[in-house]
This record gives sequence, structure tokens and C-alpha cells, in this order.
Amino acid sequence: MRSGRVAVAAATLLTLASVPALAAAHGMAGQRFFPSTLTIDDPFVADELSLPTFLHIKQPGDGEVPAGQVTNISGELSKRIFPNFGITLGGEWNLLDPAANNRTESGFGNLEVTLKYQFFTNAAHETILSVAFGWEAGGTGRQKAGAESFDLFKPALLFGKGMGDLPDPLAWLRPLAVTGIVEGVLPSRSGNKKFTVNDDGDLEVEIEKNPNVFHWGFAVMYSLPYLQAFVRDVGLPVIINRLIPLVEIDISNPLDRGFAGKTTGTVNPGIIWAGKYFQLGLEAVVPVNERTGKNVGIRGQIHFFLDDLFPHTLGRPLFGR
Amino acid sequence: MAGRVKGLRATLVVTALLFGFSAASGHAFLDRADPRVGSTVKIAPTQVRVWFTERLEPAFSTLEVFDERGERVDNGPPRTDESSPHMLQVPLKSIGSGTYRVKWRVLSVDTHVTEGDFTFRVNGDP
Repeated sequence: MRSGRVAVAAATLLTLASVPALAAAHGMAGQRFFPSTLTIDDPFVADELSLPTFLHIKQPGDGEVPAGQVTNISGELSKRIFPNFGITLGGEWNLLDPAANNRTESGFGNLEVTLKYQFFTNAAHETILSVAFGWEAGGTGRQKAGAESFDLFKPALLFGKGMGDLPDPLAWLRPLAVTGIVEGVLPSRSGNKKFTVNDDGDLEVEIEKNPNVFHWGFAVMYSLPYLQAFVRDVGLPVIINRLIPLVEIDISNPLDRGFAGKTTGTVNPGIIWAGKYFQLGLEAVVPVNERTGKNVGIRGQIHFFLDDLFPHTLGRPLFGR
Repeated sequence: MAGRVKGLRATLVVTALLFGFSAASGHAFLDRADPRVGSTVKIAPTQVRVWFTERLEPAFSTLEVFDERGERVDNGPPRTDESSPHMLQVPLKSIGSGTYRVKWRVLSVDTHVTEGDFTFRVNGDP
């Protein structure tokens, strides 16, 4: 009897050992693949690299800051530590023409570190929920190029929902999906003291306020790969059948310190092509009001799926399956 | 110029060491199916074939077909073909008119699991 149990246990262990380690996927919930969006953060934990993300837009003047063109090139590396817990390191380079000193300035922005925990995944309802905490380290970038001298803390709740559970009469809407974020952007200092000498030679102290900001955004997308694979093969040609048109809304609501009600934001219609190892994205950046700007900008991104490129090394969690 | 080439070479070596030399392969997504996803066919098929974007591990991949009452109508285990390791196929019992749901769950050779389902309709006699 006992030898029988030992044999069963041994057979079970052997079977388990022979099963290959199953790798979780990038942005997957059931049969839904969520692409990485360009403007707002993704709700999933993954091994991915965004490099570069390119942004060019004309921005309006604000106080002593003159109106001018902003060019931003940034990169983000996301790495899973555990299957549902990961870290993201982000950096950027800015070109301001002109900067606050009325000269063209360039340099790196502050470094940013984000920890994210994907605490809920429902395959049947194509749902993902996660919490994140970001830290933008003040003083690590070049101030003349727009980097702040203070830290920013960013607690956030993120979600993703695919519409694959809609009933049959609405089958054509199943390729729709929404991802989104609600986030606090909390400065470590309420204001910055700025010392200047006036025309009479007296020292003047000016205080720039740093408001707490409620940041929110969402992306609505229609996945042609999903349509082809799960709803109806409509015979789309090779390039087209990997396209995901989307619109991203990105809004910042300052809450206090004289900035309350001064909302800024952008609407970003665009398209993503999702390939085997990487995706390409391109969006227009449309200001929602004059405070944000009057001109349409452009954002582009190349995004690599490290879990597909390097499934046995960089593309898997450091710990756990 | 020579220094720049050396620098590039060093960067490539470091990148290769960091990233390893593992063979890359991606998630296995559905490429196409026969009968086609969401299609209506007049003649009842005798098998379902699904092509994926990656090579599969057939021992850890499933392909099941259900009728409208939720009863299995596939007849035997799914298998791949040596000449087409991206394709999974399963024979069907004799089926009549109706809507059928194909459920698949596959393991690609790089150990990524993907899953999904789709329907096709038979509008005719077996």
C-alpha cells in the first residue's frame, strides 16, 4: 500500500518535472492581448522595453516660460521580479526651444522608478487590475532642460478590460478594449524658492508653487487581430490584420496651491501595429484646451516584447514562474 | 573611425552577453483556421485545423469542438503534422447543421501559453 503511494507520488513529481515552465504573457487576460499604449501607463506587469518614445509638440507660454517647441525622447525598461510584480525604469531627454531662459536648452530629465503589482486577472472577462507606485527622483536631470529639483510620488490604480464577453448580437464590438489609470502626482515640496536681483540691486524671493495633481486617462482600442482570430476572419491582408486603432485621453487636474481648476490634457488618436517581437505606434497629440496648447503634436514609439525575444533569460520573472 | 567600430563591436558583445543567445520565438497566436473563424459552411467538415504563428508543443496543446448543447463533437486527440508544426488538427464526429465552438489552448515551443475560442456554423446536411 505504502509503496503504491510512493510510486504515485514519484510519478506525479516526474510528470510535474517534465512539464515545461509555463510562461505568462505580456498584457494577456484570457484570449485578450492588450498592446502597450503610448501615452498612458499599461495595467499589466511585463518584460518589455519602450525605446524610443518620441514626442514633438509646440507648447504655449506660462508666466515667465516662453512659448516654444518641445522635443522629448524617452525610454522605459519593465522587468518582472515575480510573475505579477515588476519594476519599471524610465528616463528621458528633452530639447526645449526656447527654454525658460529664452535659450535653446537640452538635457536629461529626472529618472523614474515604478513598482507595479497586478493583483487581479480574469481570463473569462478579459480584465486586469493593478496598483503602482512611481517615484520621479528630483534633481537627477538637468534643471535648465525642464527637470524638477523636487521628487514626485505617484500612487496609481490601473485597469484593463476587453469586451470579449459581450453577447453574440454584439459580436462585432468584442474586439474593443479599454485600459486606464487614475493617479495622484504628489510633489515632495509645496514650492520652490527662486532668488533674483531686481533693478535696484535688492534680492527678491519668489516662490513657485507645486500643486498636487489628480492625473487620469484611458485608452479605447479596436483590435483587428482579435477580430480575425476570435470573431470573424474577414480576410484582412497581412499588415492590416495586426493593426490596433486607438484613442488615448490624458488629463491632469491640479488640485491646490493656486492651480485648482487649471486642467491640461491631450486627446491622442493613433494606431499600433503589433508584430511578433515588437510593436510600432504613432499618435497625434491634440491639446484639449488653450492652456495645454494650440498646435497638434506627434508621438511615436518602438516597443519590444522581451518575453518573446529572450524567453529563457531577460524575458521571464527573476523569481517564480 | 576604427575607434567607433571597436566601440560598436564592444556594445554588441556586451548586449549579447546580457541578453543571452537563446533562440527567440513568440506567443502562439491564431493565424487562420479551417473552417474559417466566424464562417458559415454548407458542407459539414470532418476535421478542424488551426494554424498558429509559432511551432507548438502538441503534448501540452488542446483543441476541442463543442456543439450548441455544449457536447464534445471532436473525435480523438488533437495532433500536429511533422510537415506543419504550426498547425493543430482534430477529427470530428459526424455533425449536422448548427453552430460549433472551437476552443484551443496551446503551448508554443518557447513555453508561452495562449488560449482562445471561435465559432463556425454549418448550414446544410452532414
